[in-house]
Amino acid sequence: MSAGQISVPIVFRGPNGAAAGVGAQHSQCYASWYASCPGLKVLTPYSSEDARGLLKAAIRDPDPVVFLENELLYGESFPVSAEVLDSSFCLPIGKAKIEREGKDVTITAYSKMVGYALKAAEALAKEGISAEVINLRSIRPLDRSTINTSVRKTNRLVTVEEGFPQHGVGAEICTSVIEESFGYLDAPVERIAGADVPMPYAANLERMAVPQVEDIVRAAKRACHRSVPLAAAA
Amino acid sequence: IETSIPFTAHNCDPPSRAVTTSPSELLTFFRDMALMRRMEIAADSLYKAKLIRGFCHLYDGQEAVAVGMEAGITKRDCIITAYRDHCTFLGRGGTLLQVFSELMGRKDGCSKGKGGSMHFYKKENGFYGGHGIVGAQVPLGCGLAFAQKYSKDETVTFALYGDGAANQGQLFEALNIAALWDLPAILVCENNHYGMGTAEWRAAKSPAYYKRGDYVPGLKVDGMDVLAVKQACKFAKEHALKNGPLILEMDTYRYHGHSMSDPGSTYRTRDEISGVRQERDPIERVRKLLLTHDIAAEKELKDIEKEARKEVDEAIAKAKESPMPDPSDLFTNVYVKGLGVESFGADRKEVRATLP
Repeated sequence: MSAGQISVPIVFRGPNGAAAGVGAQHSQCYASWYASCPGLKVLTPYSSEDARGLLKAAIRDPDPVVFLENELLYGESFPVSAEVLDSSFCLPIGKAKIEREGKDVTITAYSKMVGYALKAAEALAKEGISAEVINLRSIRPLDRSTINTSVRKTNRLVTVEEGFPQHGVGAEICTSVIEESFGYLDAPVERIAGADVPMPYAANLERMAVPQVEDIVRAAKRACHRSVPLAAAA
Repeated sequence: IETSIPFTAHNCDPPSRAVTTSPSELLTFFRDMALMRRMEIAADSLYKAKLIRGFCHLYDGQEAVAVGMEAGITKRDCIITAYRDHCTFLGRGGTLLQVFSELMGRKDGCSKGKGGSMHFYKKENGFYGGHGIVGAQVPLGCGLAFAQKYSKDETVTFALYGDGAANQGQLFEALNIAALWDLPAILVCENNHYGMGTAEWRAAKSPAYYKRGDYVPGLKVDGMDVLAVKQACKFAKEHALKNGPLILEMDTYRYHGHSMSDPGSTYRTRDEISGVRQERDPIERVRKLLLTHDIAAEKELKDIEKEARKEVDEAIAKAKESPMPDPSDLFTNVYVKGLGVESFGADRKEVRATLP
């Protein structure tokens, strides 16, 4: 509205997504809310490498960047390379990272869910399914090209997010793949997301409200036609 | 009985320091505050035993505010507060079983185990929570006051917040409309002098919170004196019904840290805490009154405290027996009227439900 006269070089960083046992007002993923706004950039680090490289990129960027960290990852350590420790290390905004290469199914995830997707990929490998795990890193801009290239190779897609399913990050990714790579899909796109309810406090309900590794494994197997959907079995 | 410290008023005449009470009321105060103290100490242990998860904010030290307020108003008046809500809930007629069950995420909790420590409610007694977003309960409280005025209830709403929240913009926005429309809203600043770990003077240009309403009258109250709180709340209710909003600043103190992750000793000295315990403790103050007026003997008061401990222990034992919520409860209480909306679990092909 200022025709580019005024820029807003600011970074908003804070914890995002489900924490543990804090109920509906402190456990919510805002990635898709922020990412739906033109003009904002939304970054979601998973590992130490992501956190370092993306935060530096965010600070150097001339536009407003929302930097969504996961509280439960604060206490986790990750191996880092010498390159990451170098003071010149920085990551590009808008570029996803293939955390694990595979050929049978693509799993997209961001933040804490990348760890879950990697665990799921390990479990799937034991059953002979080779999963490619994409760490989105940036929700807006979204790296549509990396996602579509991967899906054109694996022909199957499972999206994973902690946020609510409706109008979510997975929905946007699914649309992009339908728009650009429809002919390459060998199975319906599978979506794993937070349950479509406000976060409950009770431990048993809370567990049901956030994606688990077994949800990702199950969905990937469905996509690979290796399991019978519930409706058909009933 | 005379309050130990005079009220300080802003833009209004303060109420009298002479408070009418009775032996039975003083005994009730003693009993209620002792029960709250015991309940919070027990919650501390349950948290450390990992039976309570997530956030947990304890009220010990501030009991006189919850108890004195109830003595000055009725259950038709409304109360709304933030996350330090266990004792306010008990004061509104909640039970220990409901408290401990909720804290442990069990079915018998006041929110069926779905809310946790910060989300206690008791609507039938005018308790509207239990809110996790700092300060956001104050505009809601002014909304309750609007409803009370609109329906000519002749009742008022007490909206509680801390000295940390007192510097937020939304308080002044809500106060402006409340004053403009003469709403029967009483903004109660429970000033325990630390917003999390930040001393009030480091966060507020003017920590005289009772004056912060500018055009809205205010009253500073010794929040460690249950009789002063009672007197102030009675006065506030009358004032609000006649003239609109009022700010009550309760000068109080929390013995615990802000929440369970705060030891509470890094930003204040141990001497400060023990000094308050020795000189201003709300329970000890009433104990002294009961003894000096020969209303009760030392032994009787000790027995009341023992009884409180027993009640708390029994409630905890019972709460531990309470089951976790049923898995189907994941999909309840989302809407008042579900209109057949479908809702989904993490894997929609595995778990889905029609919302009631």
